[in-house]
Amino acid sequence: MIGLLRPSDSIRRRLVLQLLAVAATLAVLMFVLVRTVADAAVEKAHDNLLGAATLAIAEELRGGSDGLSVDIPYAAFAMLGAAGQDRMFYRILIGEETVTGYADLPAPAAARGLGLTFHNADYLDLPVRMAVVNRSVQVDGRSQTVQVLVAQTLAAREALNDQMAYRAAGLALGFFALAALLSVLTARSVLQPLNNLAEAVGRRGPHDLRPVSRDVPSELAPLMGALNGFISRLRGSLSRTETLITEAAHHVRTPLASLRTQTEIALRQSDDDATRATLRGVIRAVDDSARSAGQLLDHATVVYRSDQQADDAVDLTELVRGVAQSHQALADMRDIEVQVAVPDAPVPLSFDRLLLESALRNLIDNAIKYSDPGGEVEVALTPEGVVTVLDRGRGLKGVDPATLTGRFLRGQNVDDVIGSGLGLTIVSEVAKAQGGSLQLVEREGGGVCATWVLHLG
Amino acid sequence: MRHVGFALGLMIWAGLAAAFEIEEVTVFEGAAGGPALHVLSTTDTEAFAPLIAAFQAANPDVTVHYTVANSQEVYAAVYDEGAAFDLVVSSAMDLQMKLANDGFAVPHRSGETEALPAWARWADQLFAFAQEPVVLIANRDSFDGMPLPETRDDLIRLMREYPERFRGRIGTYDPNLSGAGYLFATQDARQSDTIWRLAEVMGGLEPALFGSSGAMIDGVRSGDLMVAYNVVGSYAAARLGEDGPGVVIEAQDFTHVLLRTALIPRTAEAPRQGAAFLDFLLSEDGQRLIEADTGLPRINEAALAASPHLRPIRLDLGLLVFVDPLMRQRFLAEWTAAVLQP
Repeated sequence: MIGLLRPSDSIRRRLVLQLLAVAATLAVLMFVLVRTVADAAVEKAHDNLLGAATLAIAEELRGGSDGLSVDIPYAAFAMLGAAGQDRMFYRILIGEETVTGYADLPAPAAARGLGLTFHNADYLDLPVRMAVVNRSVQVDGRSQTVQVLVAQTLAAREALNDQMAYRAAGLALGFFALAALLSVLTARSVLQPLNNLAEAVGRRGPHDLRPVSRDVPSELAPLMGALNGFISRLRGSLSRTETLITEAAHHVRTPLASLRTQTEIALRQSDDDATRATLRGVIRAVDDSARSAGQLLDHATVVYRSDQQADDAVDLTELVRGVAQSHQALADMRDIEVQVAVPDAPVPLSFDRLLLESALRNLIDNAIKYSDPGGEVEVALTPEGVVTVLDRGRGLKGVDPATLTGRFLRGQNVDDVIGSGLGLTIVSEVAKAQGGSLQLVEREGGGVCATWVLHLG
Repeated sequence: MRHVGFALGLMIWAGLAAAFEIEEVTVFEGAAGGPALHVLSTTDTEAFAPLIAAFQAANPDVTVHYTVANSQEVYAAVYDEGAAFDLVVSSAMDLQMKLANDGFAVPHRSGETEALPAWARWADQLFAFAQEPVVLIANRDSFDGMPLPETRDDLIRLMREYPERFRGRIGTYDPNLSGAGYLFATQDARQSDTIWRLAEVMGGLEPALFGSSGAMIDGVRSGDLMVAYNVVGSYAAARLGEDGPGVVIEAQDFTHVLLRTALIPRTAEAPRQGAAFLDFLLSEDGQRLIEADTGLPRINEAALAASPHLRPIRLDLGLLVFVDPLMRQRFLAEWTAAVLQP
């Protein structure tokens, strides 16, 4: 049975099958045992009765000068009918000579000694059980051995044995049925902690890297320890990566700022047009690098903080207005008008303020960046927590918005604009962590409409 | 129901076809060419005739051969001679039990046999179809002034008090001659030691010993006997009549109830006919007919329950004890010593 199981078979199936095999074996054993004990008991009980009858006859044997006197007690024969209606045969002998009874009833050769012995024999073509008692009796002045044989047919024993067999079989079947039921229940209860653990692990979100903490049976503790070890290694690895990016960005940004300052000074001091053009190119390249480093930092922050899930009380109204205002300078530089429409009342929300701000900043930043000078960007918030950012820029040009939210992916029409390809990734990840959704659609008449539906909880 | 006549066959006296002693053979003719049913019985033909007639009314093509013999001869016919009968009916319970135990009967099971009380059948081989109390009968006139005895002790006391009135006027079976007498005496001895006192007292009063109950009953009716001990009640009641001086007394200490039994012998040539007749005897119709027309009391457990002094002779292996020749010899010797005093 165990050999029939494949490694991929369910534990529950294995457990039930093996428990059933055990139960079946025990049921068969029980049947055999009950039958053996019952048969022995039946034999013993009937033998006792037969023996008692034989002894009762033997007790009444009397010797004397005028031969053996036999007085068969009425009860000796009558009691043989007590256990059933079997036929009965008897014989009393002195030596080889029959005194009375069935002269052809076979006397066992080996029955010597004064005790009571039992034999199986055949008489009149019937199997019989025979009790034999020997008695020394003083007959005609001589001590002689008198043998009393009482035999009984086996119908009552067999009937009782059959009855016992039926009962034993019923008992074994009942035992097996009960065991089957219990094994199903046992399999279920044994597998419950495993199922619970699997369910708990399966229910986790994709970024949930907290250790699994629940009470499990000691057998599952190594598995859970290994799982938690794995999770913590993964988290460590992720956080090292983010730290590296952060450190790298940070370490790059500071020298870049210094480089820019130096270059600007050089630009102011230089009179040569060719040199000034080169220096302007350097400044643009430095800006590009600084921006990329900033966004890498932002992204790393988003990934790290969305795992932490801080709960700040945030007023969206104020946040949207604040972020839009902070971009006013950039917009003015490009001659772009930013229109902000927020409700008068606060729209409260409980989430990581820094993440929301970062996402909003990238969204508005993108809109300004890709708008043509003299264009218009509309930022709006509804009391239901829907943020829309509309521009009249170059649009998506048929690119699937979903691909734009991937890391370091940019549209096909952006070569002249500084960008790292992380902006929309940050927005989309914050939206996901917050529980809301982000949608980018092409606007009629050009431009993009970004709709961020926040989850107000 | 159509009328079926029966022809009284030739009465055949002993020794024509069998070595055992036959008293009477009666043939109840059925349709020509029909099956034959051979019954060997200790019961008189007159008693069984109505039963056979009713059986033939339901089975008109069966010809019934009804053979009557005494109980010893019935036993010998089956045990020693293997005579071919389809049903053996006898009042000698001990001999019937011996036949069944020694393998001379074939088992038979049917709704009728299953309906019998457990005490009225043995191992699906031996079946009782009538129960008869074994009673004391007395001549009321002879007891002039004396109370009628109700128990064996009463009888012993009366016999001791008035020995002269009882002398020579007590009748009982001679167990040496009568199988029924032997059965009753051995059952008495088994039941109580009173029987030996009774035998001693009776023995001192010159009892009359009989081989059959008929003469005993006649003796009591005529007044020759004051009492007769151990008489089959159904015969006695029928022959004494309601108004005569003879009364039937069921001893209150205990009264044996004799079971008339039937078995299907192994030698039967038409065991199915034997079984059919047996089932008829045990059926409600058969039992009603037995009670109404044969004078034999039917098997009736309620009657036994209502009369605690009635003790059916147990249909068990104990009956074999006194069939043993040594035991028979021993018992008869003791009985004779007690009753036949010099």
